[in-house]
Parts: sequence; structure tokens; C-alpha cells
Amino acid sequence: MIRVDRSFLLMALIFALLFAAPFVLPLIGQTYILSLLIKAMLLAIAAISLDLLIGQGGMISLGHAAFVAIGAYAAAIGLESGIENILVLLLLALLVSGLFALITGALALRTSGVYFLMITLAFGQMIYFTLTSLAPYGGDDGLTLWSMATFFGSDVVQSGGQLYLVVLLTLLLVWWGVHRLGNSRFGRVLRAARDNPERTEIIGFSVFRYRLTAYVIAGMIAAVSGLLTMQHAEFVSPSLAAWQRSGDLLVVVVLGGLGTRSGALLGAFFLVIVEEVLGSFIHEWRLIYGPLLVLLALHAKGGLSHLLLPVAAPARTGMPRTSEDNAS
Amino acid sequence: MNALEIRNLNKYFGALHVSRNISLSVPEGQCHALIGPNGAGKTTLIHQISGVLHADAGEIVLAGQDITTRKTWQRAQAGLGRTFQLTSVLPSFSVLENVALAVQARSGSSFRFFRPAAREKDLNEAAMETLERLNMADRAHVPADDLSHGERRLLELAIALAGAPGFLLLDEPMAGLGRVESAMLIDILADLRRTIPMLLVEHDMDAIFQLADTVSVLVDGQIVAQGAPEDVRNDPAARAAYLGDSGQ
Amino acid sequence: MSLTLLLIQCLNGLQYGTLLFLIAAGLTLVFGVMGFINLAHGVQYMVGAYLVFAFHQLTGSFAAAVVLSLAAALLLGLLLEYFVFRHLYGRDHLSQVLATFGIIIFLNELAKVIFGPGTLTIEPPEFLAGSIQLTEQLRYPVYRFVTILAGLAVAVILYLTVTRTRVGMLIRAGATTPEMVSALGVNVQKLFMIVFGVGAMLAGFAGVIAAPIFAIEPGMGDNILIIAFVVIIIGGIGSIRGAFLAALIVGLFDTLGRTLLIEGLELVFPPSFSNQVGPALASMLIYILMAAILVVRPQGLLPAKGAA
Repeated sequence: MIRVDRSFLLMALIFALLFAAPFVLPLIGQTYILSLLIKAMLLAIAAISLDLLIGQGGMISLGHAAFVAIGAYAAAIGLESGIENILVLLLLALLVSGLFALITGALALRTSGVYFLMITLAFGQMIYFTLTSLAPYGGDDGLTLWSMATFFGSDVVQSGGQLYLVVLLTLLLVWWGVHRLGNSRFGRVLRAARDNPERTEIIGFSVFRYRLTAYVIAGMIAAVSGLLTMQHAEFVSPSLAAWQRSGDLLVVVVLGGLGTRSGALLGAFFLVIVEEVLGSFIHEWRLIYGPLLVLLALHAKGGLSHLLLPVAAPARTGMPRTSEDNAS
Repeated sequence: MNALEIRNLNKYFGALHVSRNISLSVPEGQCHALIGPNGAGKTTLIHQISGVLHADAGEIVLAGQDITTRKTWQRAQAGLGRTFQLTSVLPSFSVLENVALAVQARSGSSFRFFRPAAREKDLNEAAMETLERLNMADRAHVPADDLSHGERRLLELAIALAGAPGFLLLDEPMAGLGRVESAMLIDILADLRRTIPMLLVEHDMDAIFQLADTVSVLVDGQIVAQGAPEDVRNDPAARAAYLGDSGQ
Repeated sequence: MSLTLLLIQCLNGLQYGTLLFLIAAGLTLVFGVMGFINLAHGVQYMVGAYLVFAFHQLTGSFAAAVVLSLAAALLLGLLLEYFVFRHLYGRDHLSQVLATFGIIIFLNELAKVIFGPGTLTIEPPEFLAGSIQLTEQLRYPVYRFVTILAGLAVAVILYLTVTRTRVGMLIRAGATTPEMVSALGVNVQKLFMIVFGVGAMLAGFAGVIAAPIFAIEPGMGDNILIIAFVVIIIGGIGSIRGAFLAALIVGLFDTLGRTLLIEGLELVFPPSFSNQVGPALASMLIYILMAAILVVRPQGLLPAKGAA
């Protein structure tokens, strides 16, 4: 029984185009688009990790941008302290974000449903304000970095080098890894806990531990996106942690289609394109973007990947039931 | 040693005393039935044994281990399997995946992040075996959401069995089943009872007389009669409290 | 810290707390009764502030501006309810978050387009302009006193409404067992509209009285919304009493904590260190408080069950 998986074909196509872009675009003098693509890919990495939480785990986090910011700041502060190797900075970003996810996740997961949403939002805001008061690292204004991370002295991981490819490979790795995780034993328990936490406990799994592990993994992936964001922008600022960024990530995930293979990626590209195109027509593009979201919430089900692949949409598409537990 | 022993269990919902000094024990290889009118506190008791609710006082001992303060999942790991009165399966999973998830709980760690679980032969084979025991093998690849009511009741039992429980809590397994389905389920349980001790909450008197070694009658959170099915049937207290209400 | 400063900070904390209560009360009611998570609640606070500014420009009278603003805030709330929120009550929280996030983006941008991105200010009305001599060294603005009193008055009215009236009974019932309310044959849709309208008006009122104290600017509602969430988490979802207690705690804790923390650090550490770490730590204070409450009482201080 050979079944051609159309979502895989779509992803293969997207990745093929992304790999071709740096060779084709300079020929037609559109290098600016490469920078946009990097932006979209960085957004996609963070969105894939958020989709792991929401689509697979049913945990709606509204503070996910904080992890991007933590990754970026951990790396930036590391750089300022004289660490140049990107692998060491990566380790630093993973450690700090993982630790923060472990602590706040353990607190937020003592509750569920809408409490979880509020608590992640609050902790995200805490990171935002903490960053604005980091006077030695620029405070409100952020920090411009004068030297960037290297790969054992090579500039291959910098904008002047092959940063585009590095981001693309990271995206591919993250996408593939999260996809594997979703189908693993762990992913199965996570989805079971999303659909029916009570049953999952009775079967013998500690829902708390599986959710917390997923939360830590997702936070660490978002931090990777943050590290690369710093490397791309050569600048970090507290606005990375602004709660609107977390909202944007949520939009990307829902727009693309929850828990689908290609959703987070499609959503990220769509958002960057919308911002770019709408923004080029009208400066106040948010006047259109806002009502668009309202319409999306009211009418769209399944997201973009559902639109592109109406048949192949897997059973786990659609809004997850977050929690039917009593809030009180 | 008893497979399950409950000593002086008490539970309050606010001022409401819903479990009053409940004590019962189930020896190895036996089926203990729990009957009583609606609202007597049967499901509340099952919840306390499985850990969904925590008892305010008393002890629950499973195969010699005190599990009173353990969490739900720890009790399951200690060998307690349970079915729900209202069917509780994973609707977006296939039948096989529902059962394989339960197999996963008892074989190896589930903190494995990379290998596709759906391709793990051991899990699938053990799950298939369980489904075959319940004559459900041909439905293995159907989404649980598409099952009939009777099939879901069976899947419910399959999930509990796949965890290889040392003890089974069955909360009205026949609820909503037709005559033929009930008869089949009774046969299956009669077969199981020899290897797995169980506590059975049930309204179906036929089932109780065929399956139970001992019966407890629960009224207003209190056990008013306990003994062999025949004795309980003739017990005046049980008749007064229960049979007057068994209009269903 | 001098006693005078401490007293002023206490009053400021109280004033901040009552403001937080006005916002959190609507938020927690809407959530408690309808299970609806309204991120746009904060933007309704901002709208209140802009409205009072605009009406003040138009009429020249503060009192008239207040009345008109409240009516307009109510109208806006009802319109949002009718066109958007009503269709989302039965839906999952994710759709609600998405839709209300869209409304925030729209209204923030709209404010920027109409009033410009800069900050606006409005003077308190003349009859409330002075300040009161409390002790020899201590003067406190009359207007701030009035906002404290107004906040407390609203709290009392709200509490009496919820505990003593028929609508209040339905609200309490709705917060704990929504099925029962519809089973009683109550027009649920009407109840929801009332609760929503009141919530919107409370947020608008908070914006109105805050306008002469804080700067009016686009996005001013976003941060306070999140603090209002912290208040709700601490107080317990759906609970008016919980929201009141938690709002005062958060208001005082934040205002006093910032001052005391930095002074405390200076006693122990060298000034260079405390100047660097102090502000960062101070901005984390209320979140640490929230975390501590979550550890001890994850359901909040006064959860809604049984009482309002």
C-alpha cells in the first residue's frame, strides 16, 4: 500500500525552493528577498516549536516570544563577555531557556486551560520588563553588537557568510525533529494528554511530566531561533519579548493549521508576505491585518495547510481542546 | 494477602458525607460486585480507588502496597486498571493506537522522542493480541470516533487490559449495551476473572449473579449489606434499600 | 525611607490597586460567566482614556466628557459583543484569543492614526485640581483621592449587585454552573450582553479616571491588561472579591516593593550593584508574587466557587 503523502511533497517543494533561492535571487537582483526569507524562516522555527505545544500538546502559550528573546539575549550577553564560538553560545542559550522553561512551566502546569495562557503571558511580560531594565545591555533601546559569533573563527555563520544556509539547515533540522517527535512514543502520550488528560493518567502516564518536557523542548527550540535572530539582525532589543510577538506566533500557527506538518512554515511565510505587501501599499497596514485576524478566528478552520491539502489533512488537525477542566 | 483492601474510607463533598466508613476486600481470583441506587456513591468510590479523587480518611491497599496518597498514574503503574462509566477513549486515535498507548505504559520508557511509535512491532503486536481477545482485531485501524457504542465499551476494556493490570476496576461496563453485547461481555469478564481480580460496579443483576463472588450494597455512601450474591438477595436491609429503587 | 514618602507610596499603591480592580473586575466577570477570554479588555481601557480626551476637547467640560465617554465605552462594548464576541462564546480559547488579538491590533493602530503616536495629557477638572494637606510635610492631590474613592465606590456597588440582586445571583450561578442558568430559562444572551456591557464600561471608566494621571498613548492598555491577568490569577478566576483583594495587594506590592527593594539592596550591596540589579528585580516583583501564590494556592486566594 503506497500512499503518496501530499504534505511531504509540499514540504519537499518548499525546501527545494528555499535551497535554490540564494542561487537564483542574486541573478535577478533581488537579494533583499533573501533577508525576508531569513526572517520568515526564523519565525517558522519559533512557530514550529509553538505548534508542538499547541497542536500536539493542547497548551496555548501566549508567552512564547520570551524564549526567543532569552535565546537572543543569552547569546548577546555571551558575546559581550567575550565568548565568540557559536556552539558555546548555543549551549548557553539552550541552558538558560531550558531552565526558565522548567521553572515557569512547572508553575504554569499546576493549572490548565485558560490559566496556562494567562500565566505564560505574565511570565513572558516579566522577561520583557526585565530586559528593558538591563541597563548594562542597552535597557529599553536594546544592544547593537559590534562583533558577531563565529564558527571556530570562521564567518560562515554570519550575514557576510552563509547565514542563510545555516538558518535553512536549522529550520530543516527542527522541522524534521519535531515531526519525528510528534510520531514518537513521547508525541503519542502528548497527544493523548491533549485529547483526554484524565484517561491518559489512568493509563499510567504523568501528564504533568510529559507536558513539562514538551514545554522545555519548545522553549529551547525557540531560543535557537533567538540566537540566529541575533546573528541576523546584529542587534537585540526587549521588543523581541513583547507579548505582541507571542501573539504573532500564535497567529502563524493557527493560520498555517494546527498540528499539521507544513502549517507553521506556511503560516510564517504568509505573515511575512502579508506584512511586506500590505505594508508597501499602506503604512497603516495593521488596520487591515487586525480585522483579518478577527475574520480568521470567526470563519477559518484548519488553516492554510488545510486549504492547500484539503484531503491530506490529518485527523489531528483542527483546534485542540485545551482543557475542559474546571477553572475553579 | 488480598488483591485490594479498603479500610474505613471516608470522603466529604463540603458538608455532604459521600463515603461513610467503607471497608471491603477482594481476594486474589475473585470478583467483588458493588451495587446500589443511583447517587449512592459508587463512582465516587471508584474515583477514590483510582486516584481521580483523594479520600479524606482511610486506607486503600493494592496487593499489599498502600496507595492511598499516590497519584492516579502511579496507581496505574502499580497495576490498577480501570474503565469509565461514560466511555473515555481517545477519539482522534485509531483503535490500535488507543490500545498501543496503554501497552506503552507498561513496556519501557515513553520518554523516547525519535523512533516512530506506530512502527514499534512489540507495541502493535501486544495491542493486537488484546484486541483479538475481545474479538475486535478487524476494527484495529478504525478511528475510535467511528466506533459504535458497544464497540467503544469494548475498547474501553481493551485499553484497561492492555496495561496488564493486576486489578481491574469496572464502572458499569454493560451500561447502554444490548442483550447480545452484554452476554458477550459477561463471557469475556467471566473468563478474565480467573486471572485478574476485579471490583465491578453494575446494575445488571444477571451479570452480577454470573460474575460476582461477593456483593456489597452501597446506600448513601454506606455499605448496608455484604456477602455472597444469594445471601445479599435475601437480605432484608438490602432489599429495602435497593430493590425498592431498582425500577429500571 | 521617610514616613511621609512611605505614606505617599501607600496612597499611590492604593490608587493603582483600585484602578487595577476596575479592569480586573470586568475581565474576571466576563471570563467567569461566559468562559470568554477577552484580550481586548485592555484596549477598552485605552479607548476610555482617548474618549475622555476627545470629548473634553469637544465640550470643554470634564464632567460632560466623563458621562459621554462612559456611554461611548458602553456602546463600543455592546457593538463588539454583537459583531464578534457573541459568535465566539462556545468556541475554543484559541479562536477567542485570535479574534481579540486582532481587535487590539486594529484599535491600537486606529488610535495612532487618529490621535498620533505621541502621548497626550489631560488636566484634572479644576474643582479637583488642588491638593490636600495631610500632615505638615505631606500634600496629596485631590484628584488622586477622588479616584481612590471612585474605585472603592464601584467595588462596593459591584459587590452589592453581585451578592444581593437577581442579576447578581445569575452571574454567580453562571460563574460556577453555567448549565444551570440556561436550565432556569434565563435569557442567557441578554445576561451575557449585560455582563459584557458592564465589563466594557468598567474598563472604559478606568481609562477615563486614569487619563489625567497617566499619559494617554496607543498601546497603553496592553501592559495593564497583563497586570490585570496577574490580579485574576492571584485572586481566583471569576471572583469579584478575589479580584478586589488581589488588585489592592498587587497595587501596594508593586508600588511599595519597588521603593523598598531598591533601598533594601542599597543597605546590603554597594550602590553600583543595586543600581544595576535593583530595577530588573523590581520589575519582576509582582510576577514573583504570582509565582509564589501559584505554588501555595494554584486556584487563587478567593476562588469563585460558592461566593462571588
